[in-house]
Amino acid sequence: MLTLPKDHVDEMIAHAKEDVPNECCGIIAGENRKATKLYRAINAEASPYRYSVEPKDLLRIYRDLDSNDWDVLVIYHSHTQTEAHPSPTDIRLAAWEDAYYVIVSLQDDGNPVVRAFRIQDGEVTEEEMEIA
Amino acid sequence: MAIEVNVTSTLRTLVGAKSVQGDGATVGALLADLEAKFPGFKDQISGDDGELHRFVNVYVNDEDIRFLEALDTPLSADDVVSILPALAGGSR
Repeated sequence: MLTLPKDHVDEMIAHAKEDVPNECCGIIAGENRKATKLYRAINAEASPYRYSVEPKDLLRIYRDLDSNDWDVLVIYHSHTQTEAHPSPTDIRLAAWEDAYYVIVSLQDDGNPVVRAFRIQDGEVTEEEMEIA
Repeated sequence: MAIEVNVTSTLRTLVGAKSVQGDGATVGALLADLEAKFPGFKDQISGDDGELHRFVNVYVNDEDIRFLEALDTPLSADDVVSILPALAGGSR
């Protein structure tokens, strides 16, 4: 079960909408599984179909969260035209086994859908998400 | 020449710490030294051909080595190397 504060969920949706037509991406840091801070990241791909956190931006974010002894709790990105489920690309490139992968779908733009998954060794497991 | 190497995720589990010390005049030599100290280290970040996986970012100080000289990037004693899994995906 992943618990996220409402302002983080709202922020992910706002970020996804702002970056349309491209996919957005970001990180939520956590401490003992509790969300501490949301970092918007730069999508180096600037693409409607792909995301890749710009390497320097990733280092900047990681240094900040690591200096606070936080972990990477959530890696989020948006799907602008498809459902909130990991694509084959998402699964192939998932390298952070301990993180939750959260996908914001804007397929129905009046009704964004946010879902959380674990991706470990190519296996996708949906995780319950609670908004606190 | 000891170089500080910051690691995360699976590598942190392998070495049992947030950072380790390694030796090498280049990034490639440093990774070989870490492999000798921590067997399996290189497998986590490079393939059988010795090239770095696409989904791994290696930095010397603040720069991704892809934009330097990749594994041939020279190192000096006060450099800090960081290794992070890349963060990528997408709907297609």
